[in-house]
Amino acid sequence: MAVKVVVFAEQRGSKLKRPALEAVSEGRRLADKLSGLSAELGVVLIGKGINALVNEVGSVGADTVFLADHDLLESYSAQGYSRTIAKVLRDEKPAIFLCSATAMGKEVAARVAANLGVGLASDSTELALEGHKLQARRPIYAGKAYATCAFQREPQMATLRPNVFPLVVGRSVASPKAVKVSVDFGAEAIGARVVGLAQAEGEKVDLVEAEVIVSGGRGLKGPENFHLIRELAEALGAAVGASRAVVDLGWIEHSHQVGQTGKTVSPTLYVACGISGAIQHLAGMSSSKYIVAINKDSDANIFKVATYGVVGDVFEVLPELTKEIKRLKAE
Amino acid sequence: MKIIVCVKQTPDTETRVKIAPDGRSLLDADVNWIVNPYDEFAVEEGLRIKERKGASEVVVLSLGGERAASALRSALAMGADRGILLKDAAFAGGDAFSTARALAAAIKKEGYDLVLCGKYGVGEDNASVPAMIAELLDVPSVSVVNKLELEEGRARCHRVIEGGEEIVETTLPAVLSAQKGLNEPRYASLKGIMAAKKKEIAVWTASDLGLAPSDVGAAGAGLTWVRVEQPPARQECKIVKGESVPAQVKELVRLLREEAKVI
Repeated sequence: MAVKVVVFAEQRGSKLKRPALEAVSEGRRLADKLSGLSAELGVVLIGKGINALVNEVGSVGADTVFLADHDLLESYSAQGYSRTIAKVLRDEKPAIFLCSATAMGKEVAARVAANLGVGLASDSTELALEGHKLQARRPIYAGKAYATCAFQREPQMATLRPNVFPLVVGRSVASPKAVKVSVDFGAEAIGARVVGLAQAEGEKVDLVEAEVIVSGGRGLKGPENFHLIRELAEALGAAVGASRAVVDLGWIEHSHQVGQTGKTVSPTLYVACGISGAIQHLAGMSSSKYIVAINKDSDANIFKVATYGVVGDVFEVLPELTKEIKRLKAE
Repeated sequence: MKIIVCVKQTPDTETRVKIAPDGRSLLDADVNWIVNPYDEFAVEEGLRIKERKGASEVVVLSLGGERAASALRSALAMGADRGILLKDAAFAGGDAFSTARALAAAIKKEGYDLVLCGKYGVGEDNASVPAMIAELLDVPSVSVVNKLELEEGRARCHRVIEGGEEIVETTLPAVLSAQKGLNEPRYASLKGIMAAKKKEIAVWTASDLGLAPSDVGAAGAGLTWVRVEQPPARQECKIVKGESVPAQVKELVRLLREEAKVI
C-alpha cells in the first residue's frame, strides 16, 4: 500500500472548512478508483495545536495524515505551507495532489507546483481518471467555455472549486495513521505572514461558498433600494451579489460582484433581480443549479439562462417574495 | 527602487468565446484585445509608488508577440519607464508554469525590489503565475491585494480571502498580485501616448534568459488542453404565470419548493 493521492486540507482557527472536506472526499473517490482499494489517501494538515483534526479527516476517508504542527506554522504563510506540502510530495511521490481553490489553496498550490516543476489545473470543476492519468475540467473565460486538461508530469495537481464537488463519506477510517512532518526551515524562510484580519472572515456569507445568492442590478434604480435585495437574502439565508454595473456605480463594494471580473459562483439557487444579463455577468453565474430571474423586460438576456422567470417589476415582486419566504419559514 | 510589473493582453470581457475546429483551442478572430484589467491596477500601483517615493523605476514585462508588445505600449503610455518583451517561438503555447519560468528568469536577470502582477489573467483564469514567479525567485508572495502600504524594505498588504480580508506583512523583494479596489488606474494622456513611442522596449529570447527551448512554452508546460467545450446548455426558462404579483410569487415559491426542492 502506498499513498497515491494527497490532499491538503485547509484549516482556519483549528476548524476544517467545508471546501477542504470536499477536496478530501474527492481525493477518497480518486484513490478508490486508482487501483481498487489498495491506493491510500494521505491528507496534509498544517497549523498549530491541530491534533484533534486527525480523526476528523479520517472520518471522511484519510488513511494517513501528514501532520505538520509547529509554532512557525501557526499563522498562515504561503512559503511555510507550500514548503511543508512540497516536502511531503517529494517523500511520498503520489500520482495526484488536490486542495480547495480558496484564497489559501490557490496561492499555496501555485507555489508547490512551481517548486516541483509540474502543471496545475486551477479551479477545477470535474476530475476523471484513466488508469493513473488524471483529466481536470475547468471553466475558462469565467465559464464561457470549459477546458479539459491533462498533465505531463506527476504529481498531477488540481485545486477544486468550492461548492461543486459533493461531500460524500465513502469510507470512514476510525484511526488514521498519523505521520509527523518535521519543519526543516527557520523563521527567516518565511518573508510574508498573516498578522491580523482587517475584516473578520465569515463576517458576511461569502459568495463563492454560498448555497443561495440574491443579486441585484441596475433595475433597482439606486443604492437606496438595495435593501430589497438584502431583505430577501436575509429571509433566504443567502449571500448578496451584484452586477458589475452597480459595483461600478458605487452602490455596493466589489467583493459582492458576480461575473467575469468579479466572482464566479455556482450556488444551488441564484436569484437575479433587475439584472439584464450582460455576457460577463452570465459567465460568472450560469453554472448555478437553479436560477430565478426577476426582470420587467421579457427580452432580457438573463431569461436565457434562468430556470424560472418572473416578468415583473422588482419593486413589486421583491417585497412580496420576501414576505412569502418569511411566512413559509415561520411555519 | 526598481518595480517590475507583469502585463498581458486578454480578450475584452464582452467577448463571445468561439472554439477552434481542432476542438482544443479558441479562435482569436473577432476578439477585441485589451490590457488585462487586473494588470492595469498593478501598473497604476507601480506608478503611484514611484510618484510618492521618487528615485524609482517602473519596468513593464510581457511575454508573447504583437499583443504583448501592445500591452507594454499601453503601460508605457500610462507612465512606465521602459519595457521588456520576451519574444521567442519557443515561448508559445506555455501553461502557467512554463510562462512563470520565463518571466521569473527575466525578472532575475533584470534585478528588482518589487514585482507587481494582476491577480489573474482574464481568460485562462488560473491565478497561478504570480505565486509561481515568487516560488521560482524564492521570495514571498501576497496574492489578491486590495491595499498596499510600503515601508523601508517591507510591505503591509490587505489581501482578500473568503468573506473577509487578512493583513499580511512581507519583506521585500516580494511578488504581489493586484485586486480591483487597489487603486483607480489612470487613462493614458495624449502626451503619454506620444512619449511611449520613444521609450525603450528590450527584446529577450529564451537563450538571453539562459533557458533551453525545452524549458519554456509548450515543451516546458506541465498542463495541456485536451479539449475545449461550450458550457452545458441550460434548459428553457419557465416563465412563472399569475394574474397578479402575489399570484406569481406564490407560483414561484411553489416551483422552488416542489419542483426544484431548494427552499
